[in-house]
Amino acid sequence: MSSRDHMLGLMAKNQPALLPLEETKLEVISYKDPVRQFAETLTAIGGKAIMVKDFSEIKMRIREEFDTTKRIVTTIPEFSDLAEMFSASVLPHSFENTELTLLHTDFAVAENGAVWITEDIMGQRILPFICQHLAVIVYADNILPTMQEAYERIASRRYGFGSFIAGPSKTADIEQALVLGAHGPRTMTVFTLNV
Amino acid sequence: MATREPGDHAAFAEKFNRDEARVNWHDETLWTVRKRRDLRAGQLPEWEALRSKASMIKDHTLSNLHDYWVQFEKNAIANGARVHWAADATEHNIIVHDILKTNGVAKMVKSKSMLTEECHLNEYLQDNGIDVVDSDLGERILQLADERPTHIVMPSIHIKKEEIGELFHQHLGTPKGMSDPQFLTETARHHLRDVFLTRSAALTGVNFAIAETGEFVVCTNEGNADMGAHLADVHIASVGIEKIIPQRKHLGVFLRLLARSATGQFITTYSSHFSVPRKGKEIHIVIVDNGRSRQLAREDFRNALKCIKCGACMNTCPVYRRSGGYSYNYTISGPIGSILAPNLDMADHKDLPFASTLCGSCTNVCPVKIDIHQQLYKWRQVIVAEGHAENKKKLAMKAMSGILSSPSLFKMAAKGFSWVSGILPVAVKNKFNAWYHQREMPEVKKETFTAWYKRNHKE
Ligand code: SF4
Repeated sequence: MSSRDHMLGLMAKNQPALLPLEETKLEVISYKDPVRQFAETLTAIGGKAIMVKDFSEIKMRIREEFDTTKRIVTTIPEFSDLAEMFSASVLPHSFENTELTLLHTDFAVAENGAVWITEDIMGQRILPFICQHLAVIVYADNILPTMQEAYERIASRRYGFGSFIAGPSKTADIEQALVLGAHGPRTMTVFTLNV
Repeated sequence: MATREPGDHAAFAEKFNRDEARVNWHDETLWTVRKRRDLRAGQLPEWEALRSKASMIKDHTLSNLHDYWVQFEKNAIANGARVHWAADATEHNIIVHDILKTNGVAKMVKSKSMLTEECHLNEYLQDNGIDVVDSDLGERILQLADERPTHIVMPSIHIKKEEIGELFHQHLGTPKGMSDPQFLTETARHHLRDVFLTRSAALTGVNFAIAETGEFVVCTNEGNADMGAHLADVHIASVGIEKIIPQRKHLGVFLRLLARSATGQFITTYSSHFSVPRKGKEIHIVIVDNGRSRQLAREDFRNALKCIKCGACMNTCPVYRRSGGYSYNYTISGPIGSILAPNLDMADHKDLPFASTLCGSCTNVCPVKIDIHQQLYKWRQVIVAEGHAENKKKLAMKAMSGILSSPSLFKMAAKGFSWVSGILPVAVKNKFNAWYHQREMPEVKKETFTAWYKRNHKE
């Protein structure tokens, strides 16, 4: 017998009688001002939230906050004057010297400061991870209160890869001392577009 | 350190307890994490409802495990992943090695996976000429130190920064005496970036496998799973059969609980959902049993399989905090390790269910509501009944049974009412409870255990 059949056979034999999967929806926390809650949470986890009114303000802030003489990569055509458009065909390793990756997100989550980014808006999967700094643009009305609403939004959409990203990469593996910039970005900035 | 050292929990705990300052430091560090967990839990009015829901989903899943794995396999294959089945650790290791051989890979990068620790994969691959680098900072530290994890979430929690500084000095060329965490982390970042960029295979663990979609989710703070997987040609994901959940939307329950319970974060920095391999690349999913289906058959113990490996029960456990992860002498330490290990080998791990005060704090914090302390108690009975216990443990168990059989007394004990400290420690701190020897506790009663026991239990 194959291990597959053997293992599945044991599961079938050893699992208890079927217990119900109750579908009741949880009543979850709500925030008076999810946009503000998101900004507060993101700040608390080491990220930076910046309110902006349009793309030109984002460009201005990027010039202020980041070293634009270094490599900036984006998937958003509107920023091609400031940044290099990503390429889907190059080796992911070639993004190793990326200073800043600029992406947009479908939505963000107020309770934990996370943004949801799928492969189609990531360009290459490595982009939000390999850069020294990550910046993400979200529309204010796409800030959802909790992960419950987040998965309602994702629903049954298909993606090859998707990730909730909450703040800069971090570690506390040395005596629980928090250090930002473990393997991924050292900073994370979220531009919230209030239109 | 693949092989187990001889000795029982009490003996290892006694060793750990010789360095009082270190014990206090270990204790306080973990208690800080526990308090952060409380803070986060308290911020959500629905916290208890979330725990109940998570528990219900897991109970249901375990009762339909066969169908969910069939469904997962079908969907994962449709996504383009390859699915392998491993009945035990040996088969898991052989499968991983075969995948590497087929792809001509001699060097692999790995992110944190307690399952591969359980299978002793690193040792196996190294014996077969494969170079494996652990990329989680804590695990990399342990690899350099040639040690095993002592905690499932914070693997190197027992090591002091000066010791890490010395390891890095020896292996990574940092200046002698340098122990600044920021500096050491930066060094590791550079060192491991070179590793990520030069490995064509990456192995990750799996936090959740989703039957409905065939995708799996990997949670890290460092981003090491993503750095490894998105640069490699071959991504191997090892998953225990207990890690499945029915639907994607259930992540909206579990991801709210996991990091809050584990470290007091709102969520881990990265919760990455892997579905379809990159074009021309491979994802291999290795599904592992290794004793889990046996636990599934044990009615009293099966719900330990609901565990999402948050580590909250360890951080809160007064015995774990003061005896250290190594005292359990098993891959998974603390209360959860103590109820998982006897399932694998009862005689070998017979000491673990006794490494507890049965205070119930683990059960109170568990995000999926596993009745941990009750299982510890039941394991003691099984172990005694099967003749594995020594006499002193039988006596200690009798005392605990006294406390447990009196619901009001036990409830007070679990809640930590102050007057109980006049009773519980007597039961705990007695010559029968060997792990307790070097523990500093206020003397509460000049009464022998036997006298107390007789007075309280007129049989
Ligand atoms: S038993 Fe519960 S508290 Fe302990 S690690 Fe598992 S899920 Fe977390």
